[in-house]
Amino acid sequence: MAGPVLEMRSIVKTFPGVKALSDVTLTVRQGEVHAICGENGAGKSTLMKVLSGVHPHGTYEGEILFEGELCRFKDIRASEQHGIVIIHQELALVPYLSIAENIFLGNEHATRGLINWRETLRHATELLRRVGLDEHPETRVADIGVGKQQLVEIAKALSKEVKLLILDEPTAALNDEDSGKLLDLILELKNQGITSIIISHKLNEIRRVADSVTIIRDGRSIETLDVKAEGTTEDRIISGMVGRDLDHRFPERTPHTPEEGAAPALEIRNWTVHHPIDQQRKVVEDVSISVRRGEIVGIAGLMGAGRTELAMSVFGRTYGRYAGGTVLKDGTEIRTKSVAEAVGHGIAYVTEDRKHYGLNLIDTINRNISLTALKKVAKRGVVDEQAERQVSEGFRTSMNIKAPTVFEPVGKLSGGNQQKVVLSKWIFAGPDVLILDEPTRGIDVGAKYEIYTVIDQLAAQGKAVVFISSELPELLGMCDRIYTMAAGRLTGEVPRAEATQEVLMRQMTKDKEVTR
Amino acid sequence: MSTDVTDKTPAAAPPGKGGPAAGEGLLRLVLGGLRRNMRQYGMLIALGLIVVLFQFWTGGDLLLPRNVSNLVLQNSYILILAIGMMLVIIAGHIDLSVGSITAFVGAFAAVLTVQHHVAWPVALVLCLLVGAVAGSVQGFLIAYFGIPSFIVTLAGMLLFRGLTEILLKGQTLGPFPNGLQKIGNGFLPEVGPNTNYHNLTLLLGIVLIAAVVWQEVRDRRRQQEFSLDVVPFKLFLLKLVALVAAVLALTMLLASYDGAPIILIILGVLVGGYGYVMRNSVFGRHIYAIGGNLPAAKLSGVKDKRITFQVFLNMGVLAALAGLVVAARLNAASPKAGDGFELEAIASSFIGGASMSGGVGTVLGAIIGGLVLGVLNNGMNLLSVGTDWQQVIKGLALLAAVGFDVWNKRKSGS
Repeated sequence: MAGPVLEMRSIVKTFPGVKALSDVTLTVRQGEVHAICGENGAGKSTLMKVLSGVHPHGTYEGEILFEGELCRFKDIRASEQHGIVIIHQELALVPYLSIAENIFLGNEHATRGLINWRETLRHATELLRRVGLDEHPETRVADIGVGKQQLVEIAKALSKEVKLLILDEPTAALNDEDSGKLLDLILELKNQGITSIIISHKLNEIRRVADSVTIIRDGRSIETLDVKAEGTTEDRIISGMVGRDLDHRFPERTPHTPEEGAAPALEIRNWTVHHPIDQQRKVVEDVSISVRRGEIVGIAGLMGAGRTELAMSVFGRTYGRYAGGTVLKDGTEIRTKSVAEAVGHGIAYVTEDRKHYGLNLIDTINRNISLTALKKVAKRGVVDEQAERQVSEGFRTSMNIKAPTVFEPVGKLSGGNQQKVVLSKWIFAGPDVLILDEPTRGIDVGAKYEIYTVIDQLAAQGKAVVFISSELPELLGMCDRIYTMAAGRLTGEVPRAEATQEVLMRQMTKDKEVTR
Repeated sequence: MSTDVTDKTPAAAPPGKGGPAAGEGLLRLVLGGLRRNMRQYGMLIALGLIVVLFQFWTGGDLLLPRNVSNLVLQNSYILILAIGMMLVIIAGHIDLSVGSITAFVGAFAAVLTVQHHVAWPVALVLCLLVGAVAGSVQGFLIAYFGIPSFIVTLAGMLLFRGLTEILLKGQTLGPFPNGLQKIGNGFLPEVGPNTNYHNLTLLLGIVLIAAVVWQEVRDRRRQQEFSLDVVPFKLFLLKLVALVAAVLALTMLLASYDGAPIILIILGVLVGGYGYVMRNSVFGRHIYAIGGNLPAAKLSGVKDKRITFQVFLNMGVLAALAGLVVAARLNAASPKAGDGFELEAIASSFIGGASMSGGVGTVLGAIIGGLVLGVLNNGMNLLSVGTDWQQVIKGLALLAAVGFDVWNKRKSGS
């Protein structure tokens, strides 16, 4: 095999308060497909942003050598001039421009500011043929599916004389057929001499297209394996991804023993949801889970597994298109078609995205907490401000929300304190079932412990808790049972006693074989 | 109408520890409160400055009792519209149709009372109903059908302007029956012995003062009852004295002329009522919630569509009320009535602290914003500044107010 085309040496990247990358070394050989895998938040995307100049030279430590030359990219343009092109998970296309216009956006075929349409169309047609996309270049991007849009992105990259193509989770938003085509294209480009880096946690994909794989964990590069070598099994990769000590601490909790005979507090049966736009795609498929009072049940899964989509579609159909399934509360079927109905049946959903879906950032702690259950502090439509304030002061003390007063705008609080406000808001609503979606995402270790304690107390009070998380140690530390999901389907159910990171990760990376 | 009594700056020293230190703490507390509500207090201070300036430039004419009375009458309809507009903007929308609805309702009132001799109280109710229907049709299209409010109300603006001209056949129609005229031009009736002052106005002022004091004291007592932090007694007293003095000054001013204009009473009820609704009702809270973060509000179970619908319904009713006041004041319905009112109402809201992205603003702010424009109008009229320059200056005032806010926010880094 050829020598290295790219070397990243001892990359360290710090954000205020967080060390995102603490020592990453990556060597990519000329002409190979190199996979990078690791858990959510391991630092994969940050590493690629360092490489492509999104984080410019000077904001990180370490050095980057591309084609033997020391690189100091100050922005994305600089890295693109060297032939390094990154395709992000969220596509960067303008929906109402044509395919051709998108391909050459910012890089137009033009003379003195006027676009040369003949040359644009000729070149676009040629590029589309190369990526195998059978669409007229004047078609609007909005009119083609996500899979084809992905191909337009690759055509755009090819127009920039790409030497190193970086794909961040390219198949996460695609259905099986489109995924298969995309992977074929990556192999085809490899034959044309283009080196690719593909970020993915679908092990079958990695096995199919990659030559080598680098595993990143907690901001460090752990090892690089040759995919075609004898010993590189999926288990081998998994143990690299999870092999870490349980360095978090959890409150002591006595495992829940389910009461005999009592119906589960919440039961979801055969739940299926389609993607809101791409209606061919099943985002959640035939999932059945249940949780009892006093029990904490985890749902583990990687990005795109469908956990949030499951939770949100059950909670007032706030995601996707419902395509079947029933919800039972204490053994009787209930309607959860609107948020009000779900809340009325004692279900609460604490979002993973507190800034967009959880809080009104410009409003006060006081008003954010009371919003879901304003009626509890109101008489005939009029809010009793003193009673309301007493409630929020109570939560400020009991949840240890660090703020001078409850009249502080929540936008000014730290992530951990914002999370406590979201939790307070839903605890105030008085639910029987709490669905917590990544309740400790982006908050520091101290605040995490406080949140674990709260969750533990909720279960001890007899509430049923569904705990969705990407961090396996916290699921292992907190849950009585853990479900695993992958690609919209339930792939396993593991009791606390049998759960280990390896077992869970194996089930989380299960995916039906990609069709060739 | 009260501001946040519970605000307390974290930096403020615990007060009440002896003479000078306590005074200093109090000052800091006041300044801290000012800084936290910069937008509102800033505009209040700006309003004060503008009043003082014009009072000086006009040689004292601005604050003559007769002129104050006039100022209120001239601006009443903009203030009524500004209240409704503030709600619309807080909810994250805009309403361009209010000027045309104002004109249409005026025309409708004229057709009813002048041409068909309908009794004026019946006409009044019918007019408010027409406003409600106009508002609810627009609200339905916006909330449930999903057409952007800018488009729906732009269409409404054209539509109702056209309907007004059709209804009036391009003519001005008048005069109105006496009862209706009173809404625009009337004053409280005089009763009792001659005291050189308007008795009923004085009485009303005293009742208002009593109500304000009772409300404040009750709030404070309840806070103590729930053992919540209360503002230091001195600050509480200072605030109470300031409030009482303001109400008293206005009362004396009006009582020394013809008494309180009826429209001022209506306006006072609206400001108090809507202020209370926005601050203390579930409905008001939900408006702030959908304007501040719509997805979060939806996920909290707020019925966002219903709220949006109601906000536009309300705007329609208030536009109808404004239309009646305009028509009554001019004593005629004109096809050109209410021209540009929507822009004045929108400007008032933004000067008074609303945000383009919604979720922010108070009813009192809209009134302050409206008064800033009103005093500018009135003062420049007194100085015989032409309407050409008036427009220029009002435009600059809007830019300055919002520009100051943007600058202030950037400086405090929030």
